Amino acid sequence: MSSRPVLEVLNLSVEFPTDRGPLRAVDGVSFSVEAGKTLAVVGESGCGKSVTALAIMGLLPPGARLGGAVRLLGEELVGQPGAAWQGRRGRDLAMVFQEPMTSLNPAFTAGEQVAEALRLHEGLSPRAAMDRAVEMLALVRIPDAARRARQYPHQLSGGMRQRVMIAMALACRPRLLIADEPTTALDVTVQAQILALLDELKRDTGTAVVLITHDLGVVADHADQVVVMYAGRIAEAAPAAELFERPEHPYTVGLIGAVPSIEGGATRLASIEGTVPDLRDPPPGCRFAPRCPFAGTDCETPPPLGEVHAGHLSACWRAPLGEGSPLPEPYPPGRDPARTGASQAA
Amino acid sequence: MGLWLLRRIGQILPTLLILSFLIFGLQQLMPGDPALILAGEERGDPQVLAQIRAELFLDRPLWEQYLRWISRVVVGDFGFSWRIREPVGALILEKLPVTFQLAGMAFLIAVLIGVPAGIVSAVKRDRPVDWATNGVALFGISTPNFWLGIMMILLFSVELGWLPPSGYVPLTEDPLQSLATTIMPAFVLGSGIAGVLMRHTRAAMLTALAQDYVRTARAKGLAERVVVAKHALRNALIPVVTLGTIEFGRLLAGAVLTEQIFTIPGFGKLIVDAVFNRDYPVVQGVVLATALIFVLLSLVADLLYMAINPRLRTA
Repeated sequence: MSSRPVLEVLNLSVEFPTDRGPLRAVDGVSFSVEAGKTLAVVGESGCGKSVTALAIMGLLPPGARLGGAVRLLGEELVGQPGAAWQGRRGRDLAMVFQEPMTSLNPAFTAGEQVAEALRLHEGLSPRAAMDRAVEMLALVRIPDAARRARQYPHQLSGGMRQRVMIAMALACRPRLLIADEPTTALDVTVQAQILALLDELKRDTGTAVVLITHDLGVVADHADQVVVMYAGRIAEAAPAAELFERPEHPYTVGLIGAVPSIEGGATRLASIEGTVPDLRDPPPGCRFAPRCPFAGTDCETPPPLGEVHAGHLSACWRAPLGEGSPLPEPYPPGRDPARTGASQAA
Repeated sequence: MGLWLLRRIGQILPTLLILSFLIFGLQQLMPGDPALILAGEERGDPQVLAQIRAELFLDRPLWEQYLRWISRVVVGDFGFSWRIREPVGALILEKLPVTFQLAGMAFLIAVLIGVPAGIVSAVKRDRPVDWATNGVALFGISTPNFWLGIMMILLFSVELGWLPPSGYVPLTEDPLQSLATTIMPAFVLGSGIAGVLMRHTRAAMLTALAQDYVRTARAKGLAERVVVAKHALRNALIPVVTLGTIEFGRLLAGAVLTEQIFTIPGFGKLIVDAVFNRDYPVVQGVVLATALIFVLLSLVADLLYMAINPRLRTA
C-alpha cells in the first residue's frame, strides 16, 4: 500500500477518572485507514470501540485523559488546542451516531441541520446552503428531498433520520467518516440499504470509513480491514477476508462461531462463556484468558500484538492457532441462536 | 392551526364565566357588612342602613345581585365603586399602566439576570461560577420582598440619596423620573423571580446539554458557544417559557406588599384598599380583570410554545 493513510491512530489510550480509581477504557490501540477503504472496529459492548471513535473526533467528555497519537492526513491532533480539532470536525472529520432517533435536534428542520455545516465550513449563504442540503438529501436517497428538508425530525422515520445524519456528515465531503453502529437501531431491511449507501458514497467520494460495529455479518460484507477489540485492547487485526478465513485469536473464533451462517446451520452456533472484565481491575495477563478455552499459565503474562501472517496481527500466545482449523469446537453450543455471543453484544 | 386558535379562544369565555361565579361567591364569605362600613358615622341609624342597602341592591337575593353585575360586565360596564364613587372600569384603566410598567420592568430584570445566569451555571457545572450563581439565586429566592425593599430604600434613598424612597410618576409625564420611582420595586420583585428562572434554566440546560443532538452539533464542528446558544438553549427554553408566563401573570396581578412599601398606586394597592372598604364592585372588577390577563397570558404561552417547539406546530 503506497498511499498515505487518511487516519493513523498510534498507541491510543483513554482513561476516565471514577470514584473507584481510573478506568482505562482504551489501552494502546493502533490502526490506520486509507482513502476509499473501510476499517471495521469490532467487539462487544464496553470493549472501547465507541470511546475510540469519540477520541478520534475529539469529543471525549471533559475529564477524560487522552494519550498516544491521532494523525489526520499526517497532522497530529492529540495535544492541540480544542479549536484545532473543532475546525477539523464536520469538514475533514465526520461522524454518524448509533441513535438516529435522538441524534437530530428536534427544534430544527432536517434541511437546516444539514445546511448548518455547509454554512459553517464552506461559507455558503443560507439559501445556497439549503439548496446543497436538499441535493445531499436526494443523494442519500430521501424521496421528495425538497419537501423532507422542510420537515422536522419527528416527522421522519428512523431510516430517514439516519439518512439525514449521513447527509449531514458527508455534506462537506470529509476525508474520514466514523460510523458508530450506524444501523443497530434500524430495521433489518433498512440496515442493508444504509450500509449499501455508505459503500456507494465511499466509492464516489474516496472518503475513508471507520465502521464501528458488533455485527460480524456487517463486517464480512462491508469492511476491507478489521480490528477486533477486547476489553480496551486490540485482540486481532487483519484484512476482512483473511480474518474470516483464518482467525488467529480465540476471541475472534468465538465471535465468528456465534454468527449464524446458512452453510453451517445451527450446529456451528456457539457462545462465549463468561463476561467482559471490569476495566478498573483487569486481569493481569491476557484479558481474554478468564473466558478462553485455550488459556494456560503462560497467559498470565500479557501477550504482545504480533504478526502471525503478513498483515495479520494477533495478541495471543497460542497464535497461529493451527492449520486450516476453524476451531469452533472448544465453545459450547449456544442455547438461543438469535441471542448469543456477538449478536447479543449491542 | 387556525381552528386550534379559534377553539382555544372559545375556551376563554366559559373559563371567565366560572371565575365570575367564584369571585362573586367567595366575596360573600368576607366578614363585615358593606352597608355598615359605608354608613360611617351614621351606622347606628337603621333607616340610613336600609337606604344604603336598597340603593346598592344589597337587600335583593344573591342570584339577582349576581345577574345585575354580570349582565353589565358582559357589555364592558364594571359598575361604580361604592367608596370612591368612580366607575370601576376607569379605576382599572388608571392603575393598569402602573402595574404593567412595574411588572414589565420586574420581568425584564428577572429574565436578563435569571436566564443568562442559568445558562452559565449549567455550562460551568460544579465549578466555582456555578456555586456562586446558585448561592446568589438562593438568596434571591429566599429573601422576603418587604425586607429587601426596606434595605434598598435605606441604602439608595436614605444613605446615598440616589433614588426617591416612594411615590410614582407616570411614564408619560417624566420618563426618567418614572424609571427612578419604579426601579427599586421592580428590582425587588424581579430578583426573586430571577432566582426561580435561574434554577429552572439551569436544570433545563443540563438536560439539553446531555442530549445526543448536542453531540451531533459538536461533531459538525460548531463552536461551543453556538452549540450552547442555539442547539441546547432552543430546547431548554420550552419549560422556562411556561414558568416565565406564570410569573409574569403573578406580577400583573399586583404586588401587594411591594406596592405598599414603595407606595406605588397599582393593582395591588387598589385591591387591598377595596377589600378593607368592602368595596365589592372594585374587588370583583379587579379580580376579574386579573383573571382575564392570566387567561390571555396562558394563550400567549401556548403561542410561544408553538413558535419554539415544532412538534406542536406540525402535529
